[in-house]
Amino acid sequence: MTALENRPAERATPAPAKGRRPWGRPAMYTGYGQDMALLNTGAKKAALAVLLVVALLLPFVLEDELLRLLATGAVLAIGAIGLNLVTGYAGQVSLGHAFFLGIGAYTAAVVSGETGDEDLYGFGITFIPVWLLAGGAMAALVGLVVAPLASRLRGLYLAIVTLGLVFLGEHVFREWDAVTGGVGVGRPAADPVLFGVDLSRSTDAFSADQQMYLLMTALLVLFALLGRNIARSAIGRSFAAVRDRDIAAEVTGVDVRKAKRLAFVISGFYAGCAGALLYSISGYLDPSSFGLLVSVQFVAMVLIGGVATISGSIMGAFFIAILPRLTRELPEYLPFLSSSATEFPNVFQVETLLYGLLIVAFLIFEPRGLFGVWVRARNYWKSWPFSY
Amino acid sequence: MRDVLLTTIRGLGFGSIYAMLAVSFVIIYKSSKVISFAQPALMLAGAVLVSYLAGPVGFYLAVPLAAIGIAALGLGLERTTIRPMIGRPVFVVAIITLGLDIAIRVVVNVFIGPDVRNVGDPWGLNTVDVAGLPVQERYIAMVVVLVVVVGALFAFFRYSRYGLAMRAASLDQETALVQGVSVGAMTALAWAMAGGLAAVAGAFVGAGGGVDQSTWVIALKALPAIIIGGLDSIEGAVVGGLLVGIVESFFASYQGEYLPWLGQNFSLVSPYVLLLVVLLVKPYGLFGTREVERV
Repeated sequence: MTALENRPAERATPAPAKGRRPWGRPAMYTGYGQDMALLNTGAKKAALAVLLVVALLLPFVLEDELLRLLATGAVLAIGAIGLNLVTGYAGQVSLGHAFFLGIGAYTAAVVSGETGDEDLYGFGITFIPVWLLAGGAMAALVGLVVAPLASRLRGLYLAIVTLGLVFLGEHVFREWDAVTGGVGVGRPAADPVLFGVDLSRSTDAFSADQQMYLLMTALLVLFALLGRNIARSAIGRSFAAVRDRDIAAEVTGVDVRKAKRLAFVISGFYAGCAGALLYSISGYLDPSSFGLLVSVQFVAMVLIGGVATISGSIMGAFFIAILPRLTRELPEYLPFLSSSATEFPNVFQVETLLYGLLIVAFLIFEPRGLFGVWVRARNYWKSWPFSY
Repeated sequence: MRDVLLTTIRGLGFGSIYAMLAVSFVIIYKSSKVISFAQPALMLAGAVLVSYLAGPVGFYLAVPLAAIGIAALGLGLERTTIRPMIGRPVFVVAIITLGLDIAIRVVVNVFIGPDVRNVGDPWGLNTVDVAGLPVQERYIAMVVVLVVVVGALFAFFRYSRYGLAMRAASLDQETALVQGVSVGAMTALAWAMAGGLAAVAGAFVGAGGGVDQSTWVIALKALPAIIIGGLDSIEGAVVGGLLVGIVESFFASYQGEYLPWLGQNFSLVSPYVLLLVVLLVKPYGLFGTREVERV
């Protein structure tokens, strides 16, 4: 009898093979792989496709000024993803993002800078992938050097040390004239040349801003994909384990030091690339543009967008990029606001005030950020007309 | 020798300011386990308040009035933005204070205006002869204020009922609650005290040179001080503050001569170098309590 009982029960229909959905059940997961897939629902696939098409069509619809804004937003998003990987996923609070951004920007500027200038270093390699990777790699290297601090320190201690890095970095940028050109002088940023075409100059087919927008959008897709893949792989899970409880992570076999080191290296790489690209849009870079406020802006992007989400980082970055443009429109509706920096109250003050208040408001009222707002809206419509 | 002594005295003077700010950070840290990045804004607000009050009521009365005013501001901040965040990760609360700092400074900057604002202190850059050395009066005033303020604080924490309650609340909130201590009130009191301290420090930051829109950066130098001293130690904060002041002063006097390759104004960032060096040797500062983790 026992032998009979142990025989597997006869099934009316054979179970679907692992990783394949039964017909007509698009939301049913039959394997872990499906749950962890890059685009694990049909809605995500459709939404991404629509977004990509819209992003490709935008340059033919919008004015150049807005495209430039969006290109900046895309670059900021790359930086924000980097910060979210180290702070959101791995839980290592970093206020030093501006420092890494600066390292990337200057490395790229030096690699692409003109040769033969006695006052400024330059290697004259203007091909985008070369200076982009050089900027990223240099910042990643610095991340590797900084990482041991993170293995020794925790939480707010680490926040303050990274804050110190920003001040030290600012000092170096101010003083190292051969690389940075010095305060008030600055130097030209990296030249975006791809296969012999200088993208920062208008060609017959496209304007400069259209080209830069397309370049930055393509790079953002690439970096976002990379970030998402890091987050959903074993590395990302080890980050989350370190964030949630580092001792428990260690007990379960995660190498905490290695995870922290990796988090800083990856975040540094992202920040370096973002820094290199950011200033190639404006074409010029001043040593005083890597202060604490930049770090705070990136923290704001991550917090407003959504901690530990890649799509949230992108939303937050675009939000912060567009915010100044929006406040500049305010004087039309609020006549007591002035658009001149010398009068009071002016839009620049409002803008700074908004950064501060938005950070506070989001943290108090919607800790999951814009991503959380989206999740709420989605869940509302998913179960509509029922409340859950 | 003369130069060394004068450099040390200047270091002690500015160090006293850093120490006061550092103590204000530590008081908040001990009560809510948060580093308040709003202190720079509170310091600046205090300095500006003093500069407006000094005309009508005189500097000596303006400082305590400003301290009370900023203490009220600190109380308000705690009530509106920190209290709702109880139980949330400390990092989130720290970032909230960062946001508050940015917002408050915008408002304070409007009152400062584009130029340097004099706080109306009676010392200026006058010197007085101490054992043959021309010592600036303001440095003496700074050290005296530090001694008085910290002495009063120690007495408060050691001997008063409220001091005892605050220490209890900082040690273990739940146990303190069981013993009848109102932990919320103690946290509020801590924020008020920290605000008042920051305002006093602000008044003395402005002594001699006045304040402008970039003065807030000075308050951040108290961060190396508290980390060096250990986040939860008031003695450590005082020692750390004085140490930062002296190191900065020595770099200002001698770095241009002996280490010129470090560049101009290296003294301004020297506290952060000191911070890195101390942390590499002692990760919890000189006087800090080691975090013990239970598995």
